[in-house]
Order: sequence, then C-alpha cells, then structure tokens
Amino acid sequence: MTAAATVSEETDSPYALSHLDALESEAVHIFREVAGEFERPVILFSGGKDSIVMLHLALKAFRPASVPFSLLHVDTGHNFPEVIDYRDRAVARHGLRLHVASVQDYIDRGVLKERPDGTRNPLQTVPLTEKIQQERFDAVFGGGRRDEEKARAKERVFSLRDEFSQWDPRRQRPELWNLYNGRHAPGEHVRVFPLSNWTELDVWQYIAREGIELPEIYYAHEREVFQRAGMWLTAGDWGGPKDGERVEKRLVRYRTVGDMSCTGAVDSDADTIEKVIVEIAASRLTERGATRADDKMSEAAMEDRKREGYF
Amino acid sequence: MSTITTEELSATTLLRFATAGSVDDGKSTLVGRLLHDSKSVLTDQLEAVERVSASRGQEAPDLALLTDGLRAEREQGITIDVAYRYFATPRRRFILADTPGHVQYTRNMVTGASTAELTVILVDARNGVVEQTRRHAAIAALLRVPHAVLAVNKMDLVGYDEKVFAAIAKEFTAYATELGVPEVTAIPISALVGDNVVEPSANMDWYGGPTVLEHLETVPVAHDLSHCHARLPVQYVIRPQSADHPDYRGYAGQIAAGSFHVGEAVTVLPSGRASKIAGIDLLGEPVEVAWTTQSVTLLLEDDIDISRGDLIVPSKDAPATTQDIEATVCHVADAPLTVGHRVLLKHGTRTVKAIVKDIPSRLTLDDLSLHPHPGQLVANDIGRVKIRTAEPLPVDSYADSRRTGSFILIDPNDGTTLTAGMVGESFAAPDPVKDGIDDDGWDF
Repeated sequence: MTAAATVSEETDSPYALSHLDALESEAVHIFREVAGEFERPVILFSGGKDSIVMLHLALKAFRPASVPFSLLHVDTGHNFPEVIDYRDRAVARHGLRLHVASVQDYIDRGVLKERPDGTRNPLQTVPLTEKIQQERFDAVFGGGRRDEEKARAKERVFSLRDEFSQWDPRRQRPELWNLYNGRHAPGEHVRVFPLSNWTELDVWQYIAREGIELPEIYYAHEREVFQRAGMWLTAGDWGGPKDGERVEKRLVRYRTVGDMSCTGAVDSDADTIEKVIVEIAASRLTERGATRADDKMSEAAMEDRKREGYF
Repeated sequence: MSTITTEELSATTLLRFATAGSVDDGKSTLVGRLLHDSKSVLTDQLEAVERVSASRGQEAPDLALLTDGLRAEREQGITIDVAYRYFATPRRRFILADTPGHVQYTRNMVTGASTAELTVILVDARNGVVEQTRRHAAIAALLRVPHAVLAVNKMDLVGYDEKVFAAIAKEFTAYATELGVPEVTAIPISALVGDNVVEPSANMDWYGGPTVLEHLETVPVAHDLSHCHARLPVQYVIRPQSADHPDYRGYAGQIAAGSFHVGEAVTVLPSGRASKIAGIDLLGEPVEVAWTTQSVTLLLEDDIDISRGDLIVPSKDAPATTQDIEATVCHVADAPLTVGHRVLLKHGTRTVKAIVKDIPSRLTLDDLSLHPHPGQLVANDIGRVKIRTAEPLPVDSYADSRRTGSFILIDPNDGTTLTAGMVGESFAAPDPVKDGIDDDGWDF
C-alpha cells in the first residue's frame, strides 16, 4: 500500500484518512502503547474474526519485527473444529506462543460444574482469570467492540481490573485524548480493547481490504443443524437435539464464533466476503441479537459477566 | 424500516463528535432520534427497549434506554458515564461520545470533548441560553473543539417561532465567539417530532440551513497541515535483530501533528540530537511522506540514542523544552489536587515525575470569573495550575496542538488519573467579527 492509496478522494483535505485507515492507525497506536508500557501482555485469541483482526493489526504494528505478545485461548471444550484448526495454523505460521485455559480441565477436576442449560460461555471466567494470575499477565488484549452491547459501549480502551479481575463501571478512569493510563498495582491487570471503536461492518470491510483468511464457518455452507430458542445450533460433543428438536440440513453461516452450545448460525447464502458485507449491511439484527444466547439471559447479562472478569 | 444499501458502504471518512446538554433538554431523545432516523438502531435493540419500557408501564419506547447501558443508569434514569455510539450514512461514519450533562459530570464532558472534532450543544427553546449552556460552550472552547453546533430543541413548544430561535442563536454565538469557539452553526430542531434532525422540517420553512445530520455529514474534518508543527512521540523502538533485518532500527509512533517526509532534517527531544529521515514505514510498507494521525515507523540516517518517550520534530520547527508548565486543567478524580502534590505527568509517550507548584486560580464556568488561589481543585473543577517536572519536556501550546499540548496527571501511589491538562492560554483570543456572514445560511 502506498501513501497515495490511503488518501480519501471525497474530502476537501488530501490528508484526511479513510475511516478504515483511521481505525487501523488508532489500534496500532494502542498495541504499541502496551508494548512500551507493560511487562507481560497477552492477546486473547479465540479464532473468531475480531481476534483474527487483532492479531493481523499486531503483526502490522511491529513489522518487520515479530509480535512481542503471546496468545491466550480460553477453550470451552465445545469449540468448532474448524476454529481450533485455524488457531493452531495461525500460531504455527507466525511462530507465536499459545497459552490455553481449559474449561474442560476445571470441570474434570470438579472445580467448575456444568450448567443445567449446557452452555459453557459463563464458565470461561474462572479459567481465564486464574490463567492471568498464574502467568502474571499484566495487559490482556480483548477483541471486544463498543458497538456489540450497551455495557461494552461504556468500556474504556484501557480497563483496569483488580486482583479478582473485576470490572467496576463506576470507578473507571476517564480516558482523555489518546493518553492511555496503564498504571496498575501488582496483581492487577489492564484489559485492552484495540477494536473499541470498530463496528461489525468495519471489521468485515477491513478483512476484505486486507485479504485476511477466516475459518470457513463464517461463510455460507450446508450444515446439519437443529433449532433451539430461535437459533440454529450444530450438534457435537456438547450435546445435540432433545425431544422434539429435529436435525435438518440448511445453508447457513456464523456471524460470531464462540461456544458451540450457545452460538447460533444464521440462514445465509453469503459464500464470499463481498456477499457477507452486503448481508451484514442489510441485516436488521445485531450480531449478538442474532446469534448469542448468553446475552439474552437478562437486561444486564453482559455487565454482570464483565464485572466478574469476563472479557 | 428500510435498510442500508450497498452504496452506503462507500462512506469513507470518520467524524468524532460529542453531545452536551442536560437531561431536560432532550439530549437522549436527540441521540435516539439520530440513531433511529439514520436507521442505526437494529430490530433486536429496539425490541429490548420496547420490552423494558412496557414492563415499566411507559406507553412509548424510551429511547434513552438505547444509550444508558449500565444497571445503575437504567435504575436511576440518568446518564452517569460517557458512552460511545457508532452509526453511518452514505457520506460518513460517526463516533458519538454521548456525555452526561450535569455539572457534577463536567469531567465526562471533558473526556468526550478531548477527542471530538465537533460538539452539539443542546438548549431548550423555551429557556434559551442558561448557565448550563454557557458551561458547555466554555468546555468546548477550553478543549478547542473545532466546530460547535447549537441545537435549539423543542421548537414545537414555541410555535416554531423564528424570532425565538434567532434571539437564542444570536446570544449564544456572541458568547461562544467571545470564548474563541471558531465556528458555531445554530439549528432549530424538535428531537421529539424529528424536525431538522435527520429530515428537514416542514414546520420551519423560514429555516434554510442544514439539518443536524446533514451538517455532521459535511463539516470538514481534517485540518490544513501546512500550519501544523510536525511531531512524532516515539512509542516503541522496533529492532527485529533477525537474519533478514540485522540492522533495522525503527522508531514507531503515531504522528501527533503535521507531516514528515524522507530526507527531512529532524531533531530528537529532549536530547537535542539531530539526524535525517532515511525512510518511513507505514505499517510495513515504505512511503515518502506520512502525516497525522498515521501510525508509522521512522528510520534515521544516524544511529543515535532514541527511546520511548522521546519526541521527533523537524529541526527547523522544534519546540522549546521546559520544566515549568503552566496549564489549564480539569480535575477528574474524587480526591482533590493540592499545592505540593507529587504526581506523575504523562505527555505524549513520556511519563515523568512532577510537583504541583501553584494553583493560581479556579475558573467559575457560569460567568468565566477567576477565583484566585483556591488552595485546591476538587472533582470537576477547572483551574490554572503551575507544574514543575523532574525532566525537561518539549510541550506545545494546546492552542497549536491538541495532542502535544495536552497531558494527564497520575497519582503515583494508586495510578488514578487525576487531572486533564492543556498547556498555555485557556481561551482563544476572540476573532474580530468577520464581514459578510451569510444571513440566509444561519451560519452564526
């Protein structure tokens, strides 16, 4: 990419950055601030599109040097195989170190108990926070975006967590200009959200512009699914259809990727990135509204989970 | 509800703006209306609002619920903290800092305004310019937000009377101009009915100017860089030390102001060492020239000692370094700031020890009077402060550069962000009133 290619033709100033260039530059600035101020940063990497974009930005931020961070995956044990495959290939290709915090381990050891509804998303918090303590990570990058959810709309770019990883929305540091304050006491850490100001559409447009590869489940494909609570779920080790739930083959894709038990597919024939962008732009549902069961639990579900240490 | 068309995907520029106004002025309704009428509220979000509104026995969906994200905010029906909203039109993408308007949340308006290119200040047409309006205008002026919109709301409650609007617009513009607000655009609206927010009003055919959204879409965002001092705070030194790049040593940072080009003579501050730009990498690709706010890596001809916290500037345009900073500050922490307070000061990428030497005055925002030697600044106070730093800093005047003229003070004990600071004079000198103001355009 040359300098000329980044100039927007629509504005009166030749120095205006396009919105994608502005967001990219801001995110890179955030990565470099963390690299400059913290001892042991880590990138939360789920193999979902937001964390893939985060990794892509981190790679660009330090070129031609390698990324000075390791990756951390909170493995619910109910992952899409395509996503785990993508994760392992990405780690190998970029020569990164991967830490895994396993929900299954906690269940096997009897520390965590499987929920009656089978979803493991809320169970991620303990393995995540304990791994942060064990490894003494002091900055933890998350791919959270403020457009996802109204509690996240209140989230800072640098978000201080106490020794219990708790978020206290009433005690957040004001964030002024781009002067991020990363000070923290031993045992505390800072959650860092470089994609704070990106929307779902920005993420997809950036993926298209940069030619970033994604796990194929993001694109329309034939899949055996069954309907539960208005969502199309894929059967797996986590469970399958219960009485009255019927498996059928449908053309679907995923808008978000998380625990298989609570991440639904959407009916879609968008099998290319161009078609995905058109589909998202026309959608009348938010990505979480369309496909995440865990956010529907209560009006403040996300806020409550974040308070406990969720990302 | 219609949907976004593919042509709207082509919107390329980004405008960051902030809203200010107290609850009763209808700010939440305006924000809700902007999001709703620009088709930025999606079905499941609206359903959630309808569900909660109905469960509380409210007849119409309460659009404020779209923006009040915290449990405590919903319980109390007030906005406590800044929330960021995102929406797009065919012409532009927007980041809206939705800030609470009460005086006890002045710090939150400062937070929102610090990154904003434009502020929308709301007034109730029935009440006109009140104390709170003047406070909002003063903060916009202090933070040097380049554009201000005065949205005169609830025009439906004053019979859509042109004279009411004109009087308020005139009074506000005179006040804001005195403070040095560079540009004020006054727009008569009714957020409740939707007049002049997204759609032009059929009720005010005497108004020939833009709607709020139209103005947001067309206001120029980028500055003319020819008047800017080029500045690059060094964030991180990139040294791959790999077989492919054994000698690569790049100084990474986001250009805070102005532009840099290959071959340019530069000086590194505070050391004062000089060199030339041998190359510029824009995220891995070489370019000849780069400008604000690109994140770049500079390569220099000489192997000189540079580390995080240094500032690279053109040798012909270097700021003076100083250990004595005089600034206007907004105190944002609950514990007060006092004379003798030992703090950390973060300026650009450099954090140094500092001490508060004097607090010469506190500003009363209501009438802009100065209260001499207040002894301390408490939360939400705005005042003048003299600070001595342990090391020399290359600071610009905030009037010249919002990035290199700003700093924060941090409590060294617990890391709390204490204070937002702006170096130099507080308010811009008023511009002489320009001739030939376009009367038809309501470009006050």
